[in-house]
Amino acid sequence: MKPMRLATLRALGAAVMVGTMSLPALAQQQPAPPAAPASATFDAIKARGTLSCGVNTGLAGFAQPDSQGRWQGFDVEYCRALAVALFNDASKVRYVPTTAQNRFTALQSGEIDVLPRNTTATLSRDTSLGLDFPAVNFYDGQGFMVKASLGVKSAKELDGATVCVQPGTTTEQNLTDWARANNVKFTPVIIERLEELVSAYVAGRCDAYTTDVSGLAATRSAQPKPEDHVILPEVISKEPLALGVRHGDQRWADLVRWTHNLLLAAEEFGITTANVDKAVADDQRPEVQRIVGKTGGLGAMLGVDNLWAVRVIKATGNYGEIFERHLKPLGIQRGPNAQWTNGGLQYSFPFR
Amino acid sequence: MSDTAADPRLLRAPPKKGIRLSWADERLRAIVWQILVLGVVFGIIGWLVSNTQHNLEVRRIATGFGFLSREAGLPVAESLIPYSPTDTYSRALLVGVLNTLKIAVVGVILATIIGTLIGIARLSKNWLLSRIAAVYVEVVRDLPLLLQLLFWYAILQGLPGPRQALHPMEGVFLSNRGLKLPWIQWQDAHSFALLGFVLGIVITVLYARAAKARQMADGQPRRVWPAALGLILGLPVLIWAGLGAPWTGDIPALRGFNFQGGVTVTPEYFALLVGLVMYTAAFIAEIVRAGILAVAKGQWEAAEALGLQRGLIMRKIVLPQALRVIVPPMTSQYLNLTKNSSLAVAIGYQDIVSISNTTLNQTGQAIEGIAIIMAVYLTISLSISLFMNWYNSRIALVER
Repeated sequence: MKPMRLATLRALGAAVMVGTMSLPALAQQQPAPPAAPASATFDAIKARGTLSCGVNTGLAGFAQPDSQGRWQGFDVEYCRALAVALFNDASKVRYVPTTAQNRFTALQSGEIDVLPRNTTATLSRDTSLGLDFPAVNFYDGQGFMVKASLGVKSAKELDGATVCVQPGTTTEQNLTDWARANNVKFTPVIIERLEELVSAYVAGRCDAYTTDVSGLAATRSAQPKPEDHVILPEVISKEPLALGVRHGDQRWADLVRWTHNLLLAAEEFGITTANVDKAVADDQRPEVQRIVGKTGGLGAMLGVDNLWAVRVIKATGNYGEIFERHLKPLGIQRGPNAQWTNGGLQYSFPFR
Repeated sequence: MSDTAADPRLLRAPPKKGIRLSWADERLRAIVWQILVLGVVFGIIGWLVSNTQHNLEVRRIATGFGFLSREAGLPVAESLIPYSPTDTYSRALLVGVLNTLKIAVVGVILATIIGTLIGIARLSKNWLLSRIAAVYVEVVRDLPLLLQLLFWYAILQGLPGPRQALHPMEGVFLSNRGLKLPWIQWQDAHSFALLGFVLGIVITVLYARAAKARQMADGQPRRVWPAALGLILGLPVLIWAGLGAPWTGDIPALRGFNFQGGVTVTPEYFALLVGLVMYTAAFIAEIVRAGILAVAKGQWEAAEALGLQRGLIMRKIVLPQALRVIVPPMTSQYLNLTKNSSLAVAIGYQDIVSISNTTLNQTGQAIEGIAIIMAVYLTISLSISLFMNWYNSRIALVER
C-alpha cells in the first residue's frame, strides 16, 4: 500500500503546483473547476513539458517523417492535438517510433504516454496487457494485396500461396483463423521490420502481403507503380485501430477519449480550422458553445482549460480535415470512418 | 638443532585455529566481507523481484507460465516436427528451439570444415591461394554480421520467381522461394534402414577400436575401411532391400503458386546459414592458422626427415598438436555462432527468439518470454561448453 500513497502524495503536490500556476488564467474564464482526480500520467507529462507519443516506425499516411524530418500523418495529428490541449504548442511532442513488437512494452513501462499506432483493440490486450483503449480513431479490416500480374481476383484463390505477414500482430492470428475457416493452405514469411517485409513482397518472395487495408493502401501508394498491385476485395477481420493508454489512469484516458470526440464533434458541427474563430464569436448552437468553451466549463473538467478545443481545432482541424489531408491522397475512402450521420461508425459522445 | 632454532621463520607461533572477534583477524574480516557482499547481491535481486511483482500488479499485467498451454494461433514457416497454428504455445516454442538447433548444428559443422580449409590455405606456399584466403578473412570478418545476412537474403530474393525457376536437373528447382529437392516418400523400411545406418556406425567404431588395440599389441596395421563400408552402407541397403526396397519419389512440381512435394531449403534458412558460416569461418581460419603456426618448425623437419609426405605430416603430426591451441578459442566461436543465430529475426527465419518474441507480444508476458529465451540459450551454450571441455581434456598434452 505504501508506494500507492507516495504516488498519490506526489501527484497531489504536482497538481497543487500546476493549479497555482494556472490560477490567474482560469480565474478570468470560469469559477473554480471541480477538482479532477489525481493522474500520474497527466502530472508526469506536465512536469516533463512534453508528450511522449508512440507512433509507427514509418507508415505512409499514418506516421512518417517528411523530408525535413517532421513527423506527419493521421496518427501524428492525435499526438499534436493532445500536445496542443496540454501545452498550447503542437511541437511539444517527443515521437517514439515503435514496432509491432515493442509498442506495448513501451506503453506499459511509461516510455510513452499514449499509443496512436494502428493498434487493434482486443479483449486480451485490454485485460492481460494492462491497457485501455479509450477511442477508436480508425475502423479498419485486414485484407490482402497481390501483384496484378498474378491474375488473382479473390483471396479464396490463394490456396498454396506464400504470404508475407508481420509477427506479433493480430494480422498474423487473423490470417491463420481465416485460412483454417476457408480451408486455404499457405506458407508464411514472417519478418518483423516493415521495410524488410515489404521488400520481400515486392521482390516476389511472397505471392501476397496481408495487413490492415489502410496499411495496404499506404504501401501500395508508396510503390513506384501502384497499379502493379491489387488489393483483393475480401476483408477478413475487424480491426478497430485505437489509441492506447495504460490501464488505471482514468483522467488521462478521459482526455484522450474526449480529444478524439472533439475532432469528431467539430466535423459533425462543421467547425474547421478556418471558421473556428467565427464559431466562437457567432455560433449560437448550445453544443457548439459548450465545445468552444463559452459555456459549461467542460475543459476544466478534463483537467485542461476551457479554450483547449479552439486551440486543437486550429492546430489540427477536425476529423474530416485530418482524414482529407493524410488518408485521402492514399486512396483510402471514409467507408466505416464516415460520420454516423453519413452511415459511418464515427460517433462523438455529446459535449454536455 | 641450534641452527634450526636460529631461523626466525620457525620461531613464529603457528596460526591459531579459532577465530578472534577482532577486526584484526584476517579470517573474520574475510567472512564479514563475504556476508556483506552476499547480502547486497541478494538484497538487489530481492528488490528487483518484489519491485517487478509490485509493478506488474499495479499495471494489471498477467504473470505466470499458464499461457504455454493456450492455443498459439501463430503460423510457422518451417518446422522439424509437425506443427499447425492450432497447437499450443509450448509446441510453437519447441519448434523454435529445434529451428535454432538446426541452424546451430549445421552451422558449426560447416564453419569448422570451411574455416579449417581456409586457415590451411592461408599458410599455403601457393601465392594465389594464400592471398585469396587472406582477402577473404579480412573482408568477411570486418563487416557486421547483420549486414552480411541482409546481403545474402537480398541476393536470394533476386532469384527468379517460381514460374521461371532455374531447373538445373530433374526435380531440382532454384527460385526466390528457395531450393526444392526431390525426396522419397518416407516408409517404415526407410526408418529401419536409418536404424541400420546408425547401428553400422556404432559397430564400425567398436571394430576400429579393437583393430587399434590389436595394432598396439602386434604392430600390424589393419584395414578398417572395407568393414566400415560394408557396415555403414551395406547394412542399411540390405535392410531396405530385404523389406521390399520401397521407392516412391516425391518430386517437386509447380502447382498453383508454388512447388508442391519434395523438400525445401527456404531462402531465410539458407541466407542465415551462409551468412553465419562464412562469418564464423573467417574467425576459425585465423584460429587454425595460429594453431598450426604454434607447432614448432622442428616437428615439420623431423617428420620430413622420416620421409613422411606433406599431407601426412599435416594430419598425423601437426594438426594433433595444433588442436591443443585451437580447441579452446574454437569453443568461443561455436558459442558465438549459436548466439548470432538470433539475428534470424531480421531476415524472417523463425528461431526461438522470433517465436518467443511473437509469443510475448501476443500474450504480453515479456518477462516469461525473455526468461524462456535465456534458458534455451544457456542450455545450448552450456552443452557446447561441456562437450568442448571434455574434448579439450581428451586431446590435451598427456604428461607422462
